[in-house]
Amino acid sequence: MTLTKTLKGNTATIVGLIAVAVALSASYLWDDTQTTAVAARTVREAAPLILAGLCGLVGERSGIINIGIEGQMLLGAFCGFMAASYTTNALGSTVSLLAGVAGGVAVASAAGWFLAWTAIRLRMDQIIAGTVINIFAIGATSFFFVQGRTMPTVPNWPVPGLRDVPLLGRMLFDHGPLTYVAMLAAVLIHIALFHTRWGLRTRAVGEHPGAADTVGVNVFRLRYLNLAAAGALAGLAGFALLQSASAFNRGMSNGKGFIALAVMIFGRWRPMGVFGAALLFGFFNALQAQLQFKQALDVPPQFFGMIPFVLTIAVLALAGLSARPPAASGQPYDPD
Amino acid sequence: MAGDVLLEARGLTKRFPGVLANDSVDLLLHRGEILGLLGENGAGKSTLVKMLFGIHQPDEGDIYFKGQAVTNDGPGEAIARGMSMVHQHFQLVPPLTVAENIVLGNEPISRGFFNKRAAEKRVREISEQYGLTVEPTDVVGDLPVGIQQRVEILKALYRGAEMLILDEPTAVLTPQETDELLVILRQLAADGVGIIFITHKLREVLAVTDRVTVLRQGKGVGTAETANSTSASLAELMVGRSVVLRVEKDEAAPAEPVLIVNDLHVRDDRRQLVVEGATLQVRAGEILGVAGVEGNGQRELVEAITGIRPIDTGSAVVDGTPVGSKPRAVRELGVAYIPEDREKDGLVGGYSIADNLVLATYYEEPFASRGVRDFDAVAQQAEELVEQFDVRTPSINTPVQSLSGGNKQKVIVARELSKENRLVVASQPTRGVDVGSIEFIHNQLITARDAGAAVLLVSAELDEIFGLADRIAVIYEGRIVAELDPTTTTREEVGLFMAGGG
Ligand SMILES: Nc1ncnc2c1ncn2[C@@H]1O[C@H](COP(=O)(O)OP(=O)(O)O)[C@@H](O)[C@H]1O
Ligand SMILES: [Mg+2]
Repeated sequence: MTLTKTLKGNTATIVGLIAVAVALSASYLWDDTQTTAVAARTVREAAPLILAGLCGLVGERSGIINIGIEGQMLLGAFCGFMAASYTTNALGSTVSLLAGVAGGVAVASAAGWFLAWTAIRLRMDQIIAGTVINIFAIGATSFFFVQGRTMPTVPNWPVPGLRDVPLLGRMLFDHGPLTYVAMLAAVLIHIALFHTRWGLRTRAVGEHPGAADTVGVNVFRLRYLNLAAAGALAGLAGFALLQSASAFNRGMSNGKGFIALAVMIFGRWRPMGVFGAALLFGFFNALQAQLQFKQALDVPPQFFGMIPFVLTIAVLALAGLSARPPAASGQPYDPD
Repeated sequence: MAGDVLLEARGLTKRFPGVLANDSVDLLLHRGEILGLLGENGAGKSTLVKMLFGIHQPDEGDIYFKGQAVTNDGPGEAIARGMSMVHQHFQLVPPLTVAENIVLGNEPISRGFFNKRAAEKRVREISEQYGLTVEPTDVVGDLPVGIQQRVEILKALYRGAEMLILDEPTAVLTPQETDELLVILRQLAADGVGIIFITHKLREVLAVTDRVTVLRQGKGVGTAETANSTSASLAELMVGRSVVLRVEKDEAAPAEPVLIVNDLHVRDDRRQLVVEGATLQVRAGEILGVAGVEGNGQRELVEAITGIRPIDTGSAVVDGTPVGSKPRAVRELGVAYIPEDREKDGLVGGYSIADNLVLATYYEEPFASRGVRDFDAVAQQAEELVEQFDVRTPSINTPVQSLSGGNKQKVIVARELSKENRLVVASQPTRGVDVGSIEFIHNQLITARDAGAAVLLVSAELDEIFGLADRIAVIYEGRIVAELDPTTTTREEVGLFMAGGG
């Protein structure tokens, strides 16, 4: 029933995804290798957007706008990279990667907690607080970054059997662990948001914290908790960037934290909507990468690189018209 | 009928910065009893019950619930003890369903998941048990106010409340919804629930309570058996002086027509025709009272006359000039407007009293010359009007949003009625306003009439219509269905027309 609502609220995404699916199928008959590459890349590019979009969603659903996702991803990627890099010798590659995930998640989660603290205790403007996180993240990660360090490569985990299905196999079942985590996270958060006590309370707190408060729900505690948890998702999103890049680069989040906000809005603040919207954005990312890579057309590469951002602006302009964020999102809550 | 003592409060005192909101107040409530808590706006009623409910902590004093001394560290604890409260502003989450709203905070859980089915089933059971009909799967934001209030009461019953506090529950209700609520409260009391019913409407107190405790300026000034009380005795306790409940006014001396509305059609925000051929006239020196159940086109009628809402077809003419869709041009014809929703349409909450008093005239001499505002002139006018219209405020620079409802309304009345008017349009001018202020506002409207203005009064309160109007027009489904003489008609007859009969 909640899924039906997601389907109803996201017609634009669904139409878009169907169009993409039709286009991919048609083009598969034309050129199967390139089409498969684009399809696989779509999902790979979508993974950090899903995780980051879910981070924004959990925040806004609890009443706090998070514009600092970009910074949280960057911190997550940087700290994840450093933790993995410094522990490789002592722990071996697998454990050091886990240490990397833990490190990235912990720091991004702390940044989420910090955002909640500024919003709740300092009653600071949340847009400004998020911007503070972004500026801090860019500065700190550039300053402490040392060129030339390496970390173990994140392994690919193809699913045996399923991987060999034409097109779909490479698209869905031949990825690094964080891509699976992203897809799973969307499903789990959907279930949690609409079918658990935590979800009901979170939605109440994001819409009308006063109402939740008067029936004994601890508004502030829930917001702290959720923002820290959402930060963890952003940390995973940051680590997902390392999954394909295998090393940290300055500013490697490259605007994905902001695109994630567009994904969240396009997904109507619903986890499965975010999933669909991220796939759509992932597709355009993949397309532009493939076109650039192949130099198929005589167009400057910057032009293709621009596509995701143009799309973001278009989405925010069009979808934003009718989108309705959680009512208390961005409003400081004063118990009196 | 009243059982043993359920709640007793002794010597409750609460100070806010600069205000002694409650000064050693005592309160006693029995099981199965409805206790009225009466007082003007700002008397400290909400503060008192918020202390009982754990939202505020008393500075001094003790609370005994079911014989035990208790301190509630927040509403959660109060609810766990069996207390519940329906707040003045509903505490409902609009996008959630009825069932979700009711169980929020005490959700049925099975195997780790929120069991929505069980919640809906339980809500249906309670709603049948108490005859409070609701549909558990409806989305709360789509429901009318009266039903939302039922949801609030069901929230209390779901939590097994033995004591129910209702803070001004009727302020937002239509007369019909109010009557339904009073029946429900009687039923709950008969089931043994102790009820504290806050209001400043004397008629409701007399209709439904067993005893009344009256607060004035933070002090308990007395408790009376309702059976031994009259409107006059209660009003006097509440205000501290005798109040004239019947408005005193001379015979009207109507002259030429000022407002002529002919076959007016107006659409609402959803583009539906809601005024469908309204025709009426108001003459200089008379008050025309428009009675009707809310939502019969009153709001749109008034907004069309004041130029705020475009007219579909038909006309509204003030002193021979048809009103267009420029509110400022309409004002400059000598039209004053007291809107129904004072917070939204009447005031700018964050602006000072002084600025709100020049909202319509800030660009005119003496408040501005050559486009530059003259703050001294603004302040001087504000000082005079605050004095003359008895606005209770620390200063003219206070933001209006921090004033009580009655004082906010007085700011609007001061702005609108201090100028010379040909036509005064007053929509629900005393809704949610205390008795003292009601009396004052009524007298101002009569003064405007006697100064020769035509007054169009729209009100859902029949008392107000009968008290003020020289003629009564009843609006039903966007048409004026009857014109009546208040000296010869009855409440029943008006009520019949309001319901579309007659
Ligand atoms: N949270 C608060 N902070 C400061 N003053 C308050 C607060 N709540 C109420 N007051 C003041 O306490 C007095 C009593 O208010 P209240 O209990 O709301 O009155 P009532 O409900 O009878 O209208 C008023 O003067 C009001 O301004
Ligand atoms: Mg109050």
